[in-house]
Amino acid sequence: MASDLSVCHLGLLHILMKVNFYLFFLALTGFSLTGHSVLRVTKDTKPNSEMMKFLQNANTLLLVVAVVSLTGLIFLGYSSTSLRYKEKRFCLKLSYKQPSVVGPDGKVVPVTPWLSPIVWEGTFDPLLIDSIYRQQNITIATTVFALGKYTQFLKDFLESAEQNYFVGFRVHYYLFTDQPEQVPEVKLGEERQLTVLKVPSSNRWQEITLRRMEKLEKLIESRLVNEADYVFSLDVDTKFYGRWGAESLGRLIGVIHPGYYQTAREQFPYERRPESQAFIPYAEGDYYYGGAVIGGLVKDVYEAAKTCREQLDIDAAKSIEAAWQEESHLNKYFLYNKPSKVLSPEYLWQDFKPHTNEVKIIRFSQVIKNYAAVRPNP
Amino acid sequence: MVGRTDVASVSPWSAPIIWEGNFDSTLIDSIYKQQNLTIATTVFALGKYTRFVKDFLESAEQHYFVGFRVHYYLFTDQPESVPEVKMGENRSLTVQNVPSLNRWQDISMSRMEKLENLIENELVNEADYIFCLDIDTKFYGRWGAETLGRLVGVIHPWFFDAPRSQFTYERRPESKAYIPVEEGDYYYAGAAFGGSLEDVHHLTKTCREQLNIDAANSIEAVWQEESHLNKYFLLNKPSKLLSPEYMWRDINEKAAQIKIVRFTNVPKNYAEVRPNP
Repeated sequence: MASDLSVCHLGLLHILMKVNFYLFFLALTGFSLTGHSVLRVTKDTKPNSEMMKFLQNANTLLLVVAVVSLTGLIFLGYSSTSLRYKEKRFCLKLSYKQPSVVGPDGKVVPVTPWLSPIVWEGTFDPLLIDSIYRQQNITIATTVFALGKYTQFLKDFLESAEQNYFVGFRVHYYLFTDQPEQVPEVKLGEERQLTVLKVPSSNRWQEITLRRMEKLEKLIESRLVNEADYVFSLDVDTKFYGRWGAESLGRLIGVIHPGYYQTAREQFPYERRPESQAFIPYAEGDYYYGGAVIGGLVKDVYEAAKTCREQLDIDAAKSIEAAWQEESHLNKYFLYNKPSKVLSPEYLWQDFKPHTNEVKIIRFSQVIKNYAAVRPNP
Repeated sequence: MVGRTDVASVSPWSAPIIWEGNFDSTLIDSIYKQQNLTIATTVFALGKYTRFVKDFLESAEQHYFVGFRVHYYLFTDQPESVPEVKMGENRSLTVQNVPSLNRWQDISMSRMEKLENLIENELVNEADYIFCLDIDTKFYGRWGAETLGRLVGVIHPWFFDAPRSQFTYERRPESKAYIPVEEGDYYYAGAAFGGSLEDVHHLTKTCREQLNIDAANSIEAVWQEESHLNKYFLLNKPSKLLSPEYMWRDINEKAAQIKIVRFTNVPKNYAEVRPNP
């Protein structure tokens, strides 16, 4: 148990990198010293051939060790994310029973097995929560992507957000689009602003959705670290119908997908091919999270976006595209990096779904659309 | 896991309330064990209260943060009376000598200042979390990583099912610990609180300041520093609440909602053990 503990404390990756570093520097020092000695010995009037041979061999050996450890360091650096997941697998005990979202008595479950609150109507006091967060003078960055025909969703999205989304707080929308001229004029409330960011068009909707992680990562690096406290990345083909407020704030936020909150984990549409970085085996999984919503503190969302983007790139290099694109990678990320707060399906519904008993209020929902009409490709 | 349906698992400001059945201990341990944490744990044993140290420490070694690095800080006026207790791997004990006091109320209240100083002077690079516990207690069940959070309060075992008007808050407006009858979330126990160093430092500093202001005005709050703690938690909501499983009345007392007693007061003769009535 003690050794298990220390591997998980220090991290396998850490240990390997430390060992490699020391090895490299020791080898380099040894190489220089023996090299120096070889040169001195050759300057001697009476060279000792045995000593000379020994020094030369040692010199070569140390050079080899230095090169090998340097290669090791470079390799570890590149494969750090997949090693990171492997190490987390070893340390995180994931073989527990699937947590329920709705209990056998029909009541909603308000907390996850790792003690993150699940936000449902009735589990929080909105006035109290607003008063707590208003004291903190926060800015909430909000990213949306509206490329190709998806610009048609902007007006409803923005207008309904102005009615329901973080009302009374400072919100900065960052709108990524390939057609800035299509962005509608929407009157924004006080302390609310919108920045349009032009991006290239794409022919494949899967490509558009995959590139969001990278754009989010870059936006955080270049701007959000200085401009915002929290960031939410939301799908644009949606509309707000009810309050979405400070109860949704936390370090790392995921939302439970409305289509799977009463499904057994074996039937979650996780990526099931082991070749993909997004692979989750049938026996594992907490919830199926919706890719339409990621949120949290800027630095925690950055880690999520960066890791997902790296994993997406590794898959792309092997010509694998995960079952649900970046949603699959997000689910993998959340399995190993548990959200500190989970939003109930009230925070991500689908207009075409009939209402259910547990979901008492629809706050944010995907609008009905004709996929064939609106996507650039099937 | 379906959680508990007979109790509230989350506060109105979305802080989880820890009850048996709403968390998975193996999962939580595996998450926190990756973080190489040190948990500082303070107790005060002055006068006759040194008699409680042995049971406290022995039961803690069985149940309290097992498998984690724990550093106990034991404040006492009789260092020679501290019993030898075998500690597990990664567990240590430091004895801090403090002057004796004649009033149990003063002993109780002075803890805030000692904690504030301990955090400032010693713990800053030594611990990640701190818990401050009463000594006249014993562990009977797991107290683990599920309790870790930025600011952690424990719901008092005698008030968890009472309406707020019956909470024994300080009710005189002249005291800094005053809470009006229509306010209050929970009645928190002074016997156990904890969190990150920064948050507990702020708590102890604020309570110490408020206690001093009251003292200068010749007021002693009805339940000493517990009253001030409750005022603090009203204005600075805990990020996590522990159910009365984590601070119970007595091992022989039962209540429907309490499925496991983890940490509880031990029976004692107050007249005999306190330095003053």
